[in-house]
Amino acid sequence: MHELSIAYDLVEIADEAARKAGAARVRTVHLRLGAMAGVVADALRFSFSIAAGGTLVAGAELVIEPVAVQVCCDVCAQPRVLEAPFVFRCPVCKQPVFTLIQGREIQIESIEIEESEAESQAESEEKLDETTPS
Amino acid sequence: MKPRLLELRQAVLDKNDQLAHALRRQFKAAGVLAVNLVSSPGAGKTALLEETLRRMQARGWRVAALVGDLATENDARRLARSGAPVRQIETGALCHLEADLVARRLEGWQLDDFDFLFIENVGNLVCPSDYDLGEAARAVLLAVTEGEDKPRKYPPLFHSADLVLLTKLDLAAAVEFDRNAALASIQAVAPHATIFETSARTGAGIDDWINYLAARRRDLNRDV
Ligand SMILES: Nc1nc2c(ncn2[C@@H]2O[C@H](COP(=O)(O)OP(=O)(O)OP(=O)(O)O)[C@@H](O)[C@H]2O)c(=O)[nH]1
Ligand SMILES: [Mg+2]
Ligand SMILES: [Zn+2]
Repeated sequence: MHELSIAYDLVEIADEAARKAGAARVRTVHLRLGAMAGVVADALRFSFSIAAGGTLVAGAELVIEPVAVQVCCDVCAQPRVLEAPFVFRCPVCKQPVFTLIQGREIQIESIEIEESEAESQAESEEKLDETTPS
Repeated sequence: MKPRLLELRQAVLDKNDQLAHALRRQFKAAGVLAVNLVSSPGAGKTALLEETLRRMQARGWRVAALVGDLATENDARRLARSGAPVRQIETGALCHLEADLVARRLEGWQLDDFDFLFIENVGNLVCPSDYDLGEAARAVLLAVTEGEDKPRKYPPLFHSADLVLLTKLDLAAAVEFDRNAALASIQAVAPHATIFETSARTGAGIDDWINYLAARRRDLNRDV
């Protein structure tokens, strides 16, 4: 089950980004997941909750945005969406399609973080500094 | 405690992808054609490689192999009998190879000494598909004993194949293998893939696949 490996990578990226931003914790992780990525969303969600333990991501929600498989038909010169079960033929002209436009991505889009008190304060002071004429 | 949105837009396997790109550059610079072999457990990766290593060395090619396995060293021992340099990658609990495992296991080898590097992945039709190992070609094996519709059941992996090898052709009659159905099933998910029909037992098709690899290696050198 490689969902666990992927979950650990995902948590590591989110945790590192949150740390760099001085966050207290991560609330939500937004992920784009291609229908042909070979990753089972439920297995990933389950693995995510395990992998997140002991990091800033612990308890965060994983929001998965499914990405449809899109190919380009050279004959029609048009992008086409494929439905499961995936057959790499143009749904309109029935010719084989060779170019995958999207559908394999496992991409972390964004994270929602909660900033720590100190950080929020530092930031508002910074803003204050900026507005103070020198 | 105000929430804030951080845009990241990063591939989760970015680290693996970067390492794989670095490996691909190294292979190319050294003139090594790297092939990643993937299949379900027991489809015949090691048997195909034993025969391939033997024949390629007889033709004067310098070949090497890395073989990923969860537990034993049996496959590495089988391949080493060909006389080619072979190293085992023990993956422990991991169900697939990753670029850093390959990179680490290559340490101490002079890539310039090889013309071809074969990487036998862990027997698995799901997990290896997302992990680039820096290979120039991904070969997916389908044994005639597995059922003709396997490619349709595992589209992510079969779609990622540059070539598909039907294996154990000598058993085709015994299992009433439907060749046309198998070819149609491969073409449905991987219309781009080159198909070879082989048997490690009789040697059928092995030279065709070796010739294909030799041609791929010439292409590799052309645009260095
Ligand atoms: N008849 C016949 N048997 C084969 C052929 N190729 C492999 N086998 C047999 O199939 C079994 C599995 O072959 P392996 O080469 O070990 O398969 P593998 O894909 O390396 O297996 P894992 O590494 O465990 O995933 C062995 O018993 C082989 O002898 C073939 O061409 N013909
Ligand atoms: Mg093997
Ligand atoms: Zn079309």
